[in-house]
Amino acid sequence: MSLQLVLDYVLSPIFFHGAMMTLLITVTSLFFGILAGLVVALLQEARLTLLRVLALFYLWLFRGTPVLFQIIFIYNVLPGFGIRLSAFMSAVIALSLNEGAYMAEILRSGIKSVTRGQRTAGLALGMTRAGVMRHVVLPQALRIILPPVGNQMIGMLKTSALVSVVAVEELLLIANQTASANFRYFEALSAAGIYYLVLTTIFMAAQAWLEQALDPKRARARRKAKPLVERLTAAADIR
Amino acid sequence: MTAQRPLLELIGIEKSFGQLQALKTCSLEVQEKETVVLIGPSGSGKSTLLRCVNLLEPPDRGNILFKGKDIGRDLRAAPLIRQEIGMVFQNFELFQHLSAAENIMLAPMKVLGLSRLDAHDIALGLLRKVRIPDKADSYPDELSGGQQQRVAIARALAMKPAVMLYDEPTSALDPEMIREVLDVMAELSAEGMTSIVVTHEMGFAKRAADRIVFMEAGQIVEIANSADFFGGTVNARARQFLDQILH
Repeated sequence: MSLQLVLDYVLSPIFFHGAMMTLLITVTSLFFGILAGLVVALLQEARLTLLRVLALFYLWLFRGTPVLFQIIFIYNVLPGFGIRLSAFMSAVIALSLNEGAYMAEILRSGIKSVTRGQRTAGLALGMTRAGVMRHVVLPQALRIILPPVGNQMIGMLKTSALVSVVAVEELLLIANQTASANFRYFEALSAAGIYYLVLTTIFMAAQAWLEQALDPKRARARRKAKPLVERLTAAADIR
Repeated sequence: MTAQRPLLELIGIEKSFGQLQALKTCSLEVQEKETVVLIGPSGSGKSTLLRCVNLLEPPDRGNILFKGKDIGRDLRAAPLIRQEIGMVFQNFELFQHLSAAENIMLAPMKVLGLSRLDAHDIALGLLRKVRIPDKADSYPDELSGGQQQRVAIARALAMKPAVMLYDEPTSALDPEMIREVLDVMAELSAEGMTSIVVTHEMGFAKRAADRIVFMEAGQIVEIANSADFFGGTVNARARQFLDQILH
């Protein structure tokens, strides 16, 4: 057991590269996952029955099978149909589609939480249905869904380790490969663990910051906040 | 004698919700600058009739003529019609994520395409009009019910509507706040804002209404001038209802 070796691993280019790969997979999959989720959530609100059935089928498929299965399926089965994708692409597609299913449910609960009366008020002002969705429903839904979306983001960071099975050079695969070369499992895995903790901590901080930024009252307080010097001199005047 | 064309004509409006026939051939004309108060027992169809006017509830049968044009035919044009018809709700329905000023600015900016600056000027002017000029930056949950409802009135006025619809605007308010909202409404009526008001506030009806419409079981039972109505020359059923709500 060597703490020096842990530190060496943490600072080594290959571990850093692995961590960046993990981050890249996570962020890309989250982006497309949220996009897919938004589409599916809106499809579920559609007036056309076919679209609603389509959305339900998607949810059924991707929530009903393990994400590990989906990753392996997309990487190994699609080439048989002439669709050749890199390991990275397969991984991102699988994670995005899976994430989309969960995101859709979160987004939908957020949209549902905005009452019918709010939409009616928007319509009564002459806004179109799309305008009401964009300017009235989604901004309010956003604040409600932020905590569960934050959980999903951190979850995705950890789920991304699964793509090591299709040989994407992400953090866990790097650690595992490094360790199997010299059997220093403790050191290699500790280094990976440190990276995971740093990344999740950054995500949590970003989530907390975003929650504050989206709170309009805090934003107003910031606008109105006077510089410290002014506040102090004002206090001195009162005295 | 050349009678002026009514601003709004409801002709034989019918509306059903499943088995329930909410409106049975209701007809009503509203002249420009007129204030009409709809009264009647709950479930009599007052709110439904009001929501037919701006097509929030499209009628099953009948015609709605607004400025002489039949607006019930093409529901795709409903957003355009609604720009000219302001509406105020029982539960205010201010947008919770926007400040008072932003609530008022939203439709002028997003529907009419006004600049933020122009919309802000309009909002401040209207907040002065409804007597809460200092609440521009407050959020709905920081305002009392009476203040929220006055912001809601200002929000509707920002679109410069030809007619205002009020759907029980004071029913969700604490008694001490009813007055401040009714005062604003009465002032608007006095200035010539065409208004249709569903309310149980008989004091307001007496003070501000030109005509009273009494509804029961989905039908318009009586339409009377305010003076006649409160003077006692009303039909027996309306009299009975009045006695009930005046205790």
